[in-house]
Amino acid sequence: DDDSTEFNDELGGALMRRGPYISMITNRTMNVLIRAAMLFMVGVFLALVLNLLQVQRNVTLFPPDVISSIFSSAWWVPPCCGTAAALIGLLYPCMDRRLGEPHKLKREWSNVMRCVAVFVGINHASAKVDFANNVQLSLTLAALSVGLWWTFDRSRSGFGLGVVIAILATLATQLLVYNGVFQYTSPDFLYIRSWLPCIFFAGVITVGNIGRQLALYEYKVSQEKTHQD
Amino acid sequence: MMVRERLRQNISAAFYRHGLLCASYPVPIILFTSASILTCCYPLLKLPLPGTGPVEFTTGVRDYSIPSHESPGDLSERPDWYQGPPVAYIQQVLVKAAVSPWDNSLVPVDVFRSPLGRVFSVLEEIRNHVYTDRSLEALCLQVTDLLPGLRRMQAVLPEHGCLLVSPGNYWQNRRDLFDADPDLLKTVHQHEPKGLHTSATLKDLLFGVPGKQTGVSLYNKKRVVTYTITIALSSYDARFVASLRARLKQLHPSANCTLREDHMVHVHFKEEIGIAELIPLVTTYIILFAYIYFSTRKIDMVKSKWGLALAAVVTVLSSLLMSVGLCTLFGLTPTLNGGEIFPYLVVVIGLENVLVLTKSVVSTPVDLEVKLRIAQGLSNESWSIMKNMATELCIILIGYFTFVPAIQEFCLFAVVGLVSDFFLQMFFFTTVLSIDIRRMELADLNRRLPAEAGMPPPKPGPLRPRETPPPPRPSPHTITLQAPAFRNLRLPKRLRVVYFLARTRLAQRIIMVGTVIWIGILVYTDPAGLRTLLAAQVSEQSPLGEAGLPPHLGVAPVFPGRDPTSTLSVLPAPEPTPLPENQSQGHRAARPEVVPVSSPQITWGPEDEELWRRLSFRHWPALFSYYNITLAKRYISILPVIPVTLHLSPQEAIDTRHPQDTHHAPPPSIKTSDLQADLTLYKVAALGLFAGVVLVLLLFCLYRVLCPRNYGQNGVPHGRRRRGDLPCDEYGYSPPISEISPLLLRGHSMDIECLASDGMLLASCCLARQIRVWDAQTGDCLTVIPNNGLRRSSSSGACEAESLLGADFREPGGGAVGRPDVDIFPIRRRTTPARPALFGDQPDLTPLIDTNFGSLPPSQTLSSSGFDFGGLVEKAYQEHETSPTLAFPPSPPPVLPPELPPQNNGDWDSSVWAMELRGNLIATGRSSGKLELWDAVEGSLRCSNEDGVSGITALAFLNNRIVAARLNGSLDFFTVEITKPLGLLQYRGPPGRGSLPPSPCYSSEDVISCQLTRSVQCAHQKQITVLKAAAGRVVTGSQDHTVRVYRLEDSCCLFTLQGHSGGITAIYIDQTMVLASGGQDGTICVWDVLTGSRVSHVYGHRGDVTSLVCTTSCIISSGLDDLICIWDRSTGIKLYSIQQEVGCGASLGVISESLLVTGGQGCVSFWDLNYGDLLQTVYLGQSSEGQSVRQLLVLDNAAIVCDFGNELSLVYVPSVLEKLD
Repeated sequence: DDDSTEFNDELGGALMRRGPYISMITNRTMNVLIRAAMLFMVGVFLALVLNLLQVQRNVTLFPPDVISSIFSSAWWVPPCCGTAAALIGLLYPCMDRRLGEPHKLKREWSNVMRCVAVFVGINHASAKVDFANNVQLSLTLAALSVGLWWTFDRSRSGFGLGVVIAILATLATQLLVYNGVFQYTSPDFLYIRSWLPCIFFAGVITVGNIGRQLALYEYKVSQEKTHQD
Repeated sequence: MMVRERLRQNISAAFYRHGLLCASYPVPIILFTSASILTCCYPLLKLPLPGTGPVEFTTGVRDYSIPSHESPGDLSERPDWYQGPPVAYIQQVLVKAAVSPWDNSLVPVDVFRSPLGRVFSVLEEIRNHVYTDRSLEALCLQVTDLLPGLRRMQAVLPEHGCLLVSPGNYWQNRRDLFDADPDLLKTVHQHEPKGLHTSATLKDLLFGVPGKQTGVSLYNKKRVVTYTITIALSSYDARFVASLRARLKQLHPSANCTLREDHMVHVHFKEEIGIAELIPLVTTYIILFAYIYFSTRKIDMVKSKWGLALAAVVTVLSSLLMSVGLCTLFGLTPTLNGGEIFPYLVVVIGLENVLVLTKSVVSTPVDLEVKLRIAQGLSNESWSIMKNMATELCIILIGYFTFVPAIQEFCLFAVVGLVSDFFLQMFFFTTVLSIDIRRMELADLNRRLPAEAGMPPPKPGPLRPRETPPPPRPSPHTITLQAPAFRNLRLPKRLRVVYFLARTRLAQRIIMVGTVIWIGILVYTDPAGLRTLLAAQVSEQSPLGEAGLPPHLGVAPVFPGRDPTSTLSVLPAPEPTPLPENQSQGHRAARPEVVPVSSPQITWGPEDEELWRRLSFRHWPALFSYYNITLAKRYISILPVIPVTLHLSPQEAIDTRHPQDTHHAPPPSIKTSDLQADLTLYKVAALGLFAGVVLVLLLFCLYRVLCPRNYGQNGVPHGRRRRGDLPCDEYGYSPPISEISPLLLRGHSMDIECLASDGMLLASCCLARQIRVWDAQTGDCLTVIPNNGLRRSSSSGACEAESLLGADFREPGGGAVGRPDVDIFPIRRRTTPARPALFGDQPDLTPLIDTNFGSLPPSQTLSSSGFDFGGLVEKAYQEHETSPTLAFPPSPPPVLPPELPPQNNGDWDSSVWAMELRGNLIATGRSSGKLELWDAVEGSLRCSNEDGVSGITALAFLNNRIVAARLNGSLDFFTVEITKPLGLLQYRGPPGRGSLPPSPCYSSEDVISCQLTRSVQCAHQKQITVLKAAAGRVVTGSQDHTVRVYRLEDSCCLFTLQGHSGGITAIYIDQTMVLASGGQDGTICVWDVLTGSRVSHVYGHRGDVTSLVCTTSCIISSGLDDLICIWDRSTGIKLYSIQQEVGCGASLGVISESLLVTGGQGCVSFWDLNYGDLLQTVYLGQSSEGQSVRQLLVLDNAAIVCDFGNELSLVYVPSVLEKLD
């Protein structure tokens, strides 16, 4: 068995010598930071694009000085969305680990891309499709969001977290609009549009999906490492 | 449940039959599918091509009436959009004004100040015009608020009233403000956007003519100011317009005006896609492509990955086209923006099924027929495909019942798309897959299966369960088979990516295509911007144009005068009476009047008729969009223009002067204008520079990320422990295998003849009879037992001389290699790149090389043993010996160069025919029949036995016994006896093979004797060819067609096994008493060692069986026909065979239960025994391409040693193996 221990030491050594990239990924805090940064960027990007959709159709109104620029919303919106995305994206895999029920549905990047595409599609529909009335619009979007969850997530924890965060975000938006930071052209749910919670829910599911996919790397590497040990 | 199972079975059976059908008739099916795709797409031809440019339609003014909604269809040329009232009727009053007799006392500002000032009176006239109690207020288009985002324009554009715009709006239509304005130009320009702009600007909106033609400039040579007053009317009253026209003409008569007034142009605008709207669209497309990318990269194990990916994309795309085509066929015209919903449709339809199909088909057993593989793969996945399809259809049906028209339409398309996609998957993609798999099979066949006659016919059940491949059998080693990731892994993945990029020039092409697309978008969306920019640059450069003028780029590039046909040239106007053909000529004719005339002339030409054509086609949409009125999918009617000519006297001009105008000299104005222009230019330049820097940085980062640090270096020491670049699978998970770098052991001067190892040490002997001992772990050369100075020529001298010469030719700088006094240093190629320096003290043997074989020196006797170069070389050495030798620094390994004992009386005459290594003793059997025992570490001869005279052909060294087989068919058993001075046996190191008794370590003090215990004189009738020993048995094979089994202890013959009809060429025996033998007749026999009975007998090869290895489940044999066959051990059925390269057939080894290694031309290949897949090919060295691996030895520590030519290669495969927990 001397031989085999030596052998394993060798393997471990090789693992250590893998180069800066891999060791950076194996480093836990570094990994979390990288993931957070990536999620932040995803959030910023989605916020910009989706806001553009909304602003085009004059669903939301921001102060006019910025309308000509590509940053169609106020400066604080993308960072907020990015931060939220980073938090949610880190929260999902963390919660999976805590609850001990790892996400088992097809975990592939193509699936994640599909999820993102559907999310953008939901936003698209909310901004561009002319519905007969707001109730119909909201109901349709709610059904679509739940469909998104069923297709790409299917975990109870994901659903719960999505609902909680959607409610919190809706409250926050209500407060923002109430304080006059921005406004909706035709509010139908207190100060905001009634489909907003659905969008938030779908967004949480999407970002959670991305976060889990990103966490898969760390998980695999660490698993391999423990296996080696 | 019962129903479900039956349904499932039925579906599965149907898919199976379908798969058979598809794979049987690929060509007709592909033709049929293509025909159906084309048929379904045929209706698409009728759809109009998408475009955003406006379309126009001209009618006469006289008999104009508002087109009714229900079109009677009487007029075929009437477009469908020409229905109902227009958004607005546009009436433009075109004013041309000039200060008529130009006076030299006038300043440049006078050119436009007083003409502009007259706009207020004309405006007054228009506003107050009343015709039979109808005023402009009643007829004009009433507008409300501007959009909230346009507060800056609130002062300029009218609000809450008539939409009537004129240059007067700059001054709120108040004369007093105009008069008080010190700098008119500044007022006009202050609303212009900074930088480049491509759409309508405020100046265009208010002046109503392209910027250059207004004449509001300090450098207006023509001194004619042109502007329009634009009135938007909500309803058309012919009499009112006619009276307004008459009134204005009467007030300001235009002398030579022959403008036609009988045509009304209706312009229809389509929904246009702005850049802002493009961004989400582009995003969705990027997501779409990412999705396709991530999906298609999962396709694996097929002949052409790209071909299949293309087929998958084609499947999805043509199903979409088919769905649109079918929907159109049945009267559903798509109203949705196709480009926008397309990505979502693709995502909904998805590539999943295609991938699942591929995976399933690929995972079927390889040895089946293609037809059956396809059928099985299809039927395996049938249930999940049907389930997914049903689910998707349900979801879409639910969507259909939302009763939102847009969603309903989307759902309809999606349903038809899904169904057609299913159809295409089943027919098109399956067939393509079958063709691909057949191609792969053919390629495999060509490569390695010429003789597949003995293959048993596959008997697959009609429906095989999904778990077809059996679970891997329990074995001491498991292979982690992330197979596709490291197939043929010769280069690191990122290097391969870089090479791929370099090979295909992908980056350049992408940049080129990107540029072309960008230019296309620019031209398509806004022809005005780009063309005018180009035109401006051209005119700026041309010496003819306004060469003398300073460039006023700040205004100019936007809308200078252009060829009037250019704006709308794409749109064929279906006019009954086309515009005069000489329009452009007229336009050009008007321009040359730039010749400075003393008094400006106001001329009216045909180009003034439809001046709005020269505006951006966004002009009207932009104007209306400020009031939240969209022109998308609607039209406006433009009435014939009303010409107004104003002549002003110089006195009037002087009267209207602002006090600042006179001392407001042009120079500062030039400065500001120039400054502005320059600033724009600088901004653009800075932007370009910034983009360039970013690009360079990006490329640099890419380079840093993609290129390895030690790029171009020759590897590092301890290469085998290095885990090069880890290839990742789709999860980014790195499989534990990585690049295997072989360790080259160099030092032998000639081809290596014998190889022996006990796991710790490795001994090799070359044709030059030099024995080298290597550390099997590190590859260091520990000892060299030289062939004492080449005293005599060898028995096979002729060919040896050839190879010696060859060696010398190969390394002319290093002189002869393999000299005794130097080569004892451990030489590792990797650590000592400066090879010539090492051999610096060698005598130069090159003059000795005599290639003139025709005239041999008489001293050289042409004996049976060939040439004798010994004397020649020796002389050179003796001469060289006198020169001082370089003191070599001691090498890092602790091995000291062993002093060659003078009493070294080894047999140098005969060549080594057999060699064994056990402990630190090397047993060599020589052609002279002498058995020698050498100390492996010290290189000294410990003992020798010369009892036999016949050459030793094979040796077995087990425990303390040595068995030697001789050429004459006798078998000698020797016992190695050690008389220790201390009487203690030391045991060195861990055991080589766990089951073997540990090899004793003999210290140098021991006296070792080797005694012949028994000699079986007539063990065989003929020469013994093979000798193997294991598990206390010695097995010999001979030319006399028999195999004999002896007991090792008492050298008693247990069995004589007869069954071959040719000489025995290969024998395998292991600890588990498995005995297999192969003969010259190509048969392989498996024997029971305990009873001596034949278990199985197969005819395996055409030609000799050259080597045999058994695992617990199968037998691997190789033959002279260069085939490696894998047999099932229990049934004797051939599982599959691997075609080897010529001359490499004999070299094979089994590393673990399921990992086979074979030698090839300069490489070794690893195979998965369970599936027959090639896992990896390791190339041994650059120079070794031509050399084939003839011997291959598997060591216990997961290393293999193989020889090629005069080099040994030590390949560690630790990463392939993982110890079972």
